[in-house]
Amino acid sequence: MSAARTARRSRPRHRMKRGPAVAAEHLLSLAELRRIAERIFRFSEADETEVQIDVVSDALTRFANNAIHQNVAEQSVSVSVRTVFDGQTARATTNKTDDESLRRVLAASATLARSQPRIPGLLPMLGAQKYPKVRRFFDATAAATPQDRARMVKRVVSLAEENKLNAAGIYTTGAFRSMLANSRGLCADYEYTRAEFSVTMMGEDSSGWAKANEPDLVKLDPEELASRAAAKAVGTRHPREIEPGRYTVILEPAAVLDLVGFLFYDFSATAVADKRSCLNERMGKPVMGPNIILWDDVGHPLQLGPPYDGEGMPRQKVLLVDRGVPRNLVYSRATARKMKKKPTGHGLSLPNEYGEAPVNLVLEGGTTSLQEMIASTDRGILVTRLWYIREVDPYEKVMTGMTRDGTFLVKHGRVTGGIKNMRFNQGVLELLSNVELLGPAVRGAGEEATEMVVPAMKVRNFHFTEVTKF
Amino acid sequence: MMRDWANWALETARVRGATYADARVMDIRQRDLSTKNGRVGTLAESESLGIGVRVIAAGAWGFAATDQLTREGVQACAARAVSIAKASALTKRGKLVLAPEQTHVDTWQNPFVKDPFRIPLERQLDLLLAADKEMSRVTGVTLTETSMQFRRIEQLFASSIGSVIQQVKMQSGCGIVATSFGEHEIQKRSYPNSFGGQYMLAGYEMVEALDLVGNARRVGEQAVALHKATPCPEGARTIILASDQLGLQIHESIGHPIELDRVLGQEANLAGTSFLTIDQLGKLRYATDMVNVVADARLEHGPGLGTFGYDDEGVPAQCIPIIQNGRFTGYLSNRETAPVIGLDRSGGTMRTESWSRLPIIRMTNVSLLPGTWRYDDLIADTDDAILMETNRSWSIDDKRYQFQFSTEIGWEIRGGRRTRMIKNPSYSGITTEFWNSCDAICSREHWTLWGTPNCGKGQPMQVMGTGHGAAPARFRNIKVGSAFAR
Repeated sequence: MSAARTARRSRPRHRMKRGPAVAAEHLLSLAELRRIAERIFRFSEADETEVQIDVVSDALTRFANNAIHQNVAEQSVSVSVRTVFDGQTARATTNKTDDESLRRVLAASATLARSQPRIPGLLPMLGAQKYPKVRRFFDATAAATPQDRARMVKRVVSLAEENKLNAAGIYTTGAFRSMLANSRGLCADYEYTRAEFSVTMMGEDSSGWAKANEPDLVKLDPEELASRAAAKAVGTRHPREIEPGRYTVILEPAAVLDLVGFLFYDFSATAVADKRSCLNERMGKPVMGPNIILWDDVGHPLQLGPPYDGEGMPRQKVLLVDRGVPRNLVYSRATARKMKKKPTGHGLSLPNEYGEAPVNLVLEGGTTSLQEMIASTDRGILVTRLWYIREVDPYEKVMTGMTRDGTFLVKHGRVTGGIKNMRFNQGVLELLSNVELLGPAVRGAGEEATEMVVPAMKVRNFHFTEVTKF
Repeated sequence: MMRDWANWALETARVRGATYADARVMDIRQRDLSTKNGRVGTLAESESLGIGVRVIAAGAWGFAATDQLTREGVQACAARAVSIAKASALTKRGKLVLAPEQTHVDTWQNPFVKDPFRIPLERQLDLLLAADKEMSRVTGVTLTETSMQFRRIEQLFASSIGSVIQQVKMQSGCGIVATSFGEHEIQKRSYPNSFGGQYMLAGYEMVEALDLVGNARRVGEQAVALHKATPCPEGARTIILASDQLGLQIHESIGHPIELDRVLGQEANLAGTSFLTIDQLGKLRYATDMVNVVADARLEHGPGLGTFGYDDEGVPAQCIPIIQNGRFTGYLSNRETAPVIGLDRSGGTMRTESWSRLPIIRMTNVSLLPGTWRYDDLIADTDDAILMETNRSWSIDDKRYQFQFSTEIGWEIRGGRRTRMIKNPSYSGITTEFWNSCDAICSREHWTLWGTPNCGKGQPMQVMGTGHGAAPARFRNIKVGSAFAR
């Protein structure tokens, strides 16, 4: 991989700002959310009432062709109400918070609930719970302005121009606050901030990409990401075409994330009961390699998300795969009752037909660096990113998709240049049986799966089936 | 009130220094119903009302959206849009030129017979539960799912050139799915299409006409029968695509590459770019002579998910010829991109998911016009082929060249007759090579305007419904079976 010219490093100083374009200025407080919930409980005639309130103040600066071409901000509130009447339940949602609208959303929920047959075994709502404290709201992110984002984009564009590249990407900052409360006394709240930077650097016949997100803007380094993407674009110039077939691949964390992330719903106990999980009839059997250990852990320092599920159950840390053997599934309260298990705090908001899902996957890593993986490879392909991944065979978990934005040929322990992008048809279970080396686990950011903590991987026998024209 | 909110926004934008502004007030109501294994799954309604304000200030774009619809809330939102535009100007390049557009003051509503929100919920659930029950009667079916979705969008567009356009769109969708697990494989069949079924700009009459219950048993039986069907062979074969699968083929390999924002690099970071560079307009032999494709948002094309009176930039619905007798002739454009390719007017394809999102170039109804073949004649004329029906997976590269699709079910065509059932059918190819292998398209009586409700594009992501008319068509020498090759 050739080195790209790097940008001058001058970190912006972050301090709390005020003004109409600052996310934090538009967020309702927890006390205000509580008052909305209390009004709903006061108006409700249901046996039980649950309220989920989400407020969003989000902004995104988008650039392409080395200029900002779209630049947006959104402030919104969502009030979602679930009522229960004699074993029937349904949900209605509004984005208005005046008394009339809250009464109307309650009435809509009630009408929906009463229109259906009684739900056998509908559980009463949870009472008050205790949750571990998580700190995922950072003032520096909440205080970011369009000018802050535009100035950073300008620096990234300068870096692109220095390398005779064309930059496209996003820089987004936002603040979010949620409350889940019910008439039995449960009250859970969560607030977080999110900063994300993604950049594609394009040359005449090549491209490179990098992306990261952090709750704390201070920890996000767009210029480093831009330098990395530029190096990939420079390093893949004049790509060669190679024959499709089975290759050793080195998958960077984004590629691992987007592929392995498709497994998440297979660990739902409801998916297994419905016989649509690839783990159906495979629990307790060695279907992956002994170096694969997979957790769901909302408390992991690199993970995000509220410490409670859609019903307010505290999320538990669950060992999903232990040394290649699927050991545990996740359970909502209702699924757990049906299967005589304990709920794990992974239930989705009710009512729904999907039950539960682990959404904080952590794939344990190893100690091998990317450079060491390359050095240990006689002939293989280094993959930055995968694209348009879709399921071909749900039971063998065969996925198809393309490589994109930085695909390199590795020969005799060295990266020797770019290759044209290829289509793969690869079973995920087979892939996780063929992992030879693991890098340190990092918070991955891709485009196809929710963020997980994943390592880079060196994998043998990865199945490329076709090649495209660039 | 919608008019007041829009006026407050436009006036504030003007005072703050915007040289152009438009505002979209949207009131969106949605109902979702689903069943699984004979029980009600999702049962939900939602409403969302807000305003999005788009401005040009200091020669650059800004956009802000809010659901705080007080005078102060709307004015703050418009001021924010102007502030954001001024920040955008820090990296602007060149002059922002919009294609001219006339002022329009108008109202538009799609016709429908039965308002789905006035149909009793019990009746809608009874229909879904009846279809669910029919599928579950088939031995070997291990999972049954049904769903309906209805959406009513009332919107007002107003712009600083004086346009004021009110539109109401009523959308309905429904579908059923039977899944069978057995012999270490999962097979499924959907009706009337996969991934939610059929969606149209129509009322509840669309649901009734589809006869979900009458098709439920067949769907279940086919899902089970697929386990014992012949696997799709590998190699180069003639294929016939049913109109549901062809609709998605059009979407992925024609609809996306003709989006001019992609072509110009504006979507490069996520959705990608396009192989259809501007120098190919009017020159590229996209397909065989018989292939004619339009992007038609007008009601006379049909009640598709891409049908409207005006786009979200205040431009009237149009019919754009995309491929004429096989030659590439047109892009999907907006007021900003049309001048770049020398057009004197936008093609009218700016659409937004909701009030909170910026309008971007989207497909309207991108349809393959009917050919001349009767379906029975096409089958009779085919000696050795695989007929593929109902999409199961789809994937295409980020320039829209190399694709791979698989379908739920296939049938062997041999000696002019449909013979054995084929399981796990798949095909792949390069877009222009594929369309240049088309040698037969069925006639209007076999043509269906399919709705794709889940097209994702943009950052932040927006999900949009698009329409795709298609009749069954035949393609020669296509690579099949590589998705399942081991």
